[in-house]
Amino acid sequence: MYTQSPAAPVRATPVRAKRVLPGFGLTMGCTMLYLGIIVLLPLAALLLKAGEIGPARFWAIISSPRAVAAFQITFAAAAIATAINAVYGLLMAWILVRYRFPGRRVLDALMDVPFALPTAVAGLALTALYASNGWFGSVLEPGGIRIVYTIFGVALAMAFTSVPFVVRTVQPVLEDLDPQIEQASATLGAYPLTIFRRVVFPVIFPAYLSGCALAFARSLGEFGAVVFIAGNIPFQTEIASLLVFIRLEEFDYPAASAIAAVLLISAFLILLTTNVIQAWGLRYKVRNA
Amino acid sequence: MSAVDRLALPPGAGYAPSPLVPRLLIGLGLVLTAIFIVTPLVVIFAQAFARGVDVYFANILAPDTLHAIYLTMLVAVIVVPINITFGVAAAWAITKFSFRGKKLLLTLIEIPFSISPIVAGVTYLLLYGAQGLLGPWLIGMDIRIMFALPGIVLVTLFVTSPFVVRELVPLMQVQGSEQEEAAVTLGANGWQTFLRVTLPNIRWALLYGAVLCSARAIGEFGAVSVVSGNIRGQTNTLPLQVELLYHDYNAVGAFAAASTLTLIAIVALFAKVAIEYRIERR
Repeated sequence: MYTQSPAAPVRATPVRAKRVLPGFGLTMGCTMLYLGIIVLLPLAALLLKAGEIGPARFWAIISSPRAVAAFQITFAAAAIATAINAVYGLLMAWILVRYRFPGRRVLDALMDVPFALPTAVAGLALTALYASNGWFGSVLEPGGIRIVYTIFGVALAMAFTSVPFVVRTVQPVLEDLDPQIEQASATLGAYPLTIFRRVVFPVIFPAYLSGCALAFARSLGEFGAVVFIAGNIPFQTEIASLLVFIRLEEFDYPAASAIAAVLLISAFLILLTTNVIQAWGLRYKVRNA
Repeated sequence: MSAVDRLALPPGAGYAPSPLVPRLLIGLGLVLTAIFIVTPLVVIFAQAFARGVDVYFANILAPDTLHAIYLTMLVAVIVVPINITFGVAAAWAITKFSFRGKKLLLTLIEIPFSISPIVAGVTYLLLYGAQGLLGPWLIGMDIRIMFALPGIVLVTLFVTSPFVVRELVPLMQVQGSEQEEAAVTLGANGWQTFLRVTLPNIRWALLYGAVLCSARAIGEFGAVSVVSGNIRGQTNTLPLQVELLYHDYNAVGAFAAASTLTLIAIVALFAKVAIEYRIERR
């Protein structure tokens, strides 16, 4: 998405000996001050508080059965959600870029609904739909498929809130892809599926992968949408963010900060992976250009 | 764009031997989107109006819900201008000058996007809460940040801080600084240069960033729920009010409050499409 900005000519203007434009001190000062107060200071507080706990107790907290179960549920549900979006997101990116049909603009705008809609509202709406008396639940449950208060409900909520990631990362890359390459392969006798697998997919793969990684990261941290549909049963549908919240309400701050620190570190690792994937994808692009 | 369509689309082109595959894929996409994304929007209004228009308005006009709407708007009105200022300042520093550590700065700016809202709330609690780093000092000074308006504003600032910067930086990088340099050479001062040269060039991207920032500021749930303390009629924002009403078994009330938020989201989406249309036409 936006992280592709390194492709823009950052160094197009040569490094000048003297700065022509004013305002470096003011804008840089404001930026650093604001970042320091709003972003870095609170993060430092979390890391300090988590550090105060001591390694033995930290480990005891995060390896307690309930915490381990919460992490497992969170990661498993996020994986299911990412798998759903890997398929749905790719399909949507493909039809939005490649085909022209009535209502395409509306469909394109709809892809942003999950970002615009508050997560609590999304959770409420999904719960109403899939509850046993809801529009979908009343059809699914007699068929033996239960969504609400199961891990599938958790995954569904995560999938909904992370829809735009895959679509919006793959879309621009697909738009840049020259259709002549595909036509060349078609002329050479390749079948559409072969063309997609051998020609299109390798090009969009880095963007696709980083879109999936972003969706996964977002799913790990999702809270608002999940708490409504999950039922929040310990060892069954209790996600890690919720466990943090419960520990806070019990005023067990060390436990809350330890579990929060694990979530924070996981998010950083995924961010790092995504950056590496994107750098890899961009390097390929620059070399070809 | 249009050249791409013509090349990729027509069935006779060899690449798409039958129109069946595109039709099938489009149909599948439409059906899945209708189930996955459209029905949740519809169900909110259906449930909100389930007992008629009168009950709907009685719920919207309930004092606690009205206060929640007021508080949510107040937070947005405070947060959005601050983050616009920060966004413009950061984008100016990043795109108009070269300095070491620029990539690191960009990464720091985007941190709030990759953090769980709950974790964001916890960090603020551990800083300003009674047991937090600054807690004892704040209590001594009799300053209340947690479970009050300042705490809600601070976490919302945290969560929404990257939106404006992230819209401005790519655009301003592409635009370069030649126009601004010309203005300065001709004798304009910094403010004149910004207001008359840069601002007209970036106004749509700025507006776009502000729309996204507002939507998130209004809808933030996780981070706010950690620091607000959920005091009815005092520190409950609209998303928290939705949850509260739901747990009170007041489904119509919850959906009525949710429908207000949904309307705001739909307006934001329309604004986004309109702004994108303006940007494309330029």
